[in-house]
Amino acid sequence: MTYRISILIAVLFSAPIAHSFCGFYVAKAGAKLFNKASQVVIARHDDKTVMTMANDFKGDPKEFAVVIPVPTFINEGQIHIGDKKIIDHLDAYTAPRLVEYFDENPCHRLMEDSIRFFASPRYEMEKARRKESHGVTVEAEYTIGEYDIVILSATESQGLEFWLKENGYSIPNGAARVLGSYIKQKMRFFVAKVNLKEQSKLGYNYLRPISVAYESSKFMLPIRLGTVNAQGAQELFIYALTQRGRVETTNYRTIKLPTGMDLPVYIKNEFGKFYRALFDQQAERMKTVFLEYAWNMNWCDPCAAAPLSVKELRELGVFWISENNRQAKEVFVTRLHLRYTADKFPEDLVFQETGDSSNFQGRYVLRHPWTGTDNCSAAREYRRNLKKRQEEEAERLASLTGWDINQIRDQMGITWVNIEEKTWWQRIWGQ
Amino acid sequence: MQVKSLFSQIWQSDPRHYQILIQSCLLVYGLFWLDFEIELLGVLTIISTALLTQFFCLRFFKVPRFDFRSPLASALSLCLLLRTNILLLMSLTAAITILSKFIFRWKNKHIFNPSCFGLVAMMLLTGQVWVSPGQWGSVAYFCFLLACLGGLVINRAARSDVTLAFMFFYTAILFGRALWLGDPLTIPLHQLENGALLLFTFFMISDPKTTPDSRAGRILFAFMIACGAGFVYFWLYRTNGVFWSLAFFALFVPLIDWLLPSERYQWSKINLGVLNNGVNEK
Repeated sequence: MTYRISILIAVLFSAPIAHSFCGFYVAKAGAKLFNKASQVVIARHDDKTVMTMANDFKGDPKEFAVVIPVPTFINEGQIHIGDKKIIDHLDAYTAPRLVEYFDENPCHRLMEDSIRFFASPRYEMEKARRKESHGVTVEAEYTIGEYDIVILSATESQGLEFWLKENGYSIPNGAARVLGSYIKQKMRFFVAKVNLKEQSKLGYNYLRPISVAYESSKFMLPIRLGTVNAQGAQELFIYALTQRGRVETTNYRTIKLPTGMDLPVYIKNEFGKFYRALFDQQAERMKTVFLEYAWNMNWCDPCAAAPLSVKELRELGVFWISENNRQAKEVFVTRLHLRYTADKFPEDLVFQETGDSSNFQGRYVLRHPWTGTDNCSAAREYRRNLKKRQEEEAERLASLTGWDINQIRDQMGITWVNIEEKTWWQRIWGQ
Repeated sequence: MQVKSLFSQIWQSDPRHYQILIQSCLLVYGLFWLDFEIELLGVLTIISTALLTQFFCLRFFKVPRFDFRSPLASALSLCLLLRTNILLLMSLTAAITILSKFIFRWKNKHIFNPSCFGLVAMMLLTGQVWVSPGQWGSVAYFCFLLACLGGLVINRAARSDVTLAFMFFYTAILFGRALWLGDPLTIPLHQLENGALLLFTFFMISDPKTTPDSRAGRILFAFMIACGAGFVYFWLYRTNGVFWSLAFFALFVPLIDWLLPSERYQWSKINLGVLNNGVNEK
C-alpha cells in the first residue's frame, strides 16, 4: 500500500521534462525482438500524412522490392529517404519497460517510503514521364537515395500484375485480386526497389527507411498485400505522431497491453523473452490491435530512451512544429502493435485520432526482496507476506505468458511447501 | 404464472424497458470486462445530467408528467458511445442531448434522435469528444446481436420496419461494394461486426419519435441513411458515418411526413388516455 502511495506522489511531483523516474529503469523490449517485423511511422495532422516505412529485410538487396498502395500521385519532392537510427530511437522511447525496486528492511522502516529519483541513464537526447502498357501508366520514375521508385496507376489488376512481373518484381499468386480492389479505389502504387549502383556509391549496408508525404482524408494503412503470400503471421509496429491525442483503429478493437504488474525478479535477464511471450499469448486470443505506448512527446517516466528532438521529429514528418521550436512540443506519440493474418485482419487498418491525451505505457516492475536476517515482528510478518507475494508473481507471470507455473517457481527458487500457508489442522498433525 | 405475465406486460407495454435492460447489461459488461474507456463516475454524470435536464425542461415547458425512460435510454446510449476525458463535456453532451428534444421540434415531434444529435453536435463543436466504434470485441457483439434480435420478437416493435430496412440497405451496400471491388466477403462481414453499428440499428434509427410516420416513409428514410453512411465511409473516408448520416437526414423527416402522411406513434398504449397533448410525449 505504502509502495503504491509513494508511486502516486512521485508521479504527481515529477516535472514535465523529467529525467527522474520511479524505480530503477533496467530494460526495454523493442521491435527488434520480433522476426519479420515492419515498422511504420505515421505523422498526421489536418489530413496531411507523412508515412515512413522500415523493415528488417536481411536478404540480398537485389531481392528487395515494396509495392505500397498510396491514395494520391506522389511527386519526387514528396519522397524522402530517412535515417533508421531515428526510428530505432522512437522504438526505444516507446518500448515496454522494466523497472526495479528494492524492499527495505522492515525493521527500519522510515516514516515515509523513499522513492529513488535519479538522472536517466546516458541517452543522447518533375516531371512525370508517362508510359503506358497493359493498362498500367508509369506516372513517374525517380531514383532517390539507394532506391529506384516508380509511381504507377492502373486500370486492371491483371495488367498491373503482368507489368510488375515483366519488370522483375516477384508478385505472389493471389495478389491480383487485392491489387484490383485498390485500383478500383483509385489508389496509385508506390513501387520501390534497390538501385545497387547507388547503394554501393552511398555506402550503406542496410536499407534506409522511405518516407512518403501526401494529403488525403484517408487515415489508413494498407496491410492486405502483406497477407497474400502469408508465410505465417506478420508483425507490425505503428508509431503515430499526432498533435492532440491517442490514435486508435476504428475497424478493429484497440486494447491496452497488460501493464503495471509485479513480476518475478529473474525476469530481469529475460525481459525480451517475457515481452515476446506476453505478446504471443495476448495476440493469439483475439483480432486486436495492442496499444503499447501513448505519451506526450515532451517527457517520459521512466524513460526507456530520451524523447525525440525537434530535428528528429521533423525528419519523421512532424511538419506542424517549427525548426526553432523552443517550447513544449505539441506531439503525441501512440505505439500500436499487431500480428496480422488474412483471416484475423481481413480489412486494411483504418485509424482515428482521439482527444485522449492521457499517458499509457507498458511497464513491468521487479521488487527485490529484502534478505536481511533481523527477526523483529515486522520482519516475520514481511517474510510471511513475501511468500504470498512471490506466489502471486509466479501465477501472474504464468497467466500472462502461458509458461509452466512449476518451471517459474523453480526459476524463482520457491517451492510449493513454502508457498502454501499450512492450514491449522495440517500444522497440528504435521501433514 | 402471475409474475411471468407481469414481466411480459412490462416488456410489451413499452419497448424502452427492453432497450434500457439490454443497454444496462452491455454497459456493465463493457465497464468491467471490455475496458471501455469510461469510468463509473462518467456513467453517473451522464445519467444524472440527462435526468435532471429532462426534469427541468419539463418544469420549464409546464409538462406535468416526468417519465424517466426516455432520458435514461438516451443517457445509456451516450454511455456506450461517447468518449471524452473531460467530465464536464460528458455532462454537457447529456444536457444537449435532452435539450435537443425540446428545442428542435416540428409539429409536436422532435426532429433529431437525441443521443445522435448530442454526439454529432459535440464532435463538431469540440475536438475532445469521439466515438470508438471498434471497441466491442466478438463476444459482446454476438451477445448484443442476439439480444437485439430477441428484442424485435419480444416487442413486436412497431418500428422494427425501419431497423430491418436499414439492415437490408446497409448490408447490400457493403456486400455490393465488396463484390464490385472483388474483395473477399470476410471484409463486409467484418465491417458489419461492429457494436456501435448494432446500437445504432436497433436503438437509435428505430426511435419511433423521430422516424417518419408512414411505413413507406420509414423505408425511404432507412434507404437515405444507409446511402449517407456509405458516402461518409467510402467517399469522405470519415468514421461514424451512420451518426452523421442520421443527424443530416433527420432534417428531411418533416418533408417525408408531408409527402407520405400517416398516424403519429405513441410510446405506450396503456398510457394513451393520459396523453392529451403532444408536449408530454417528450
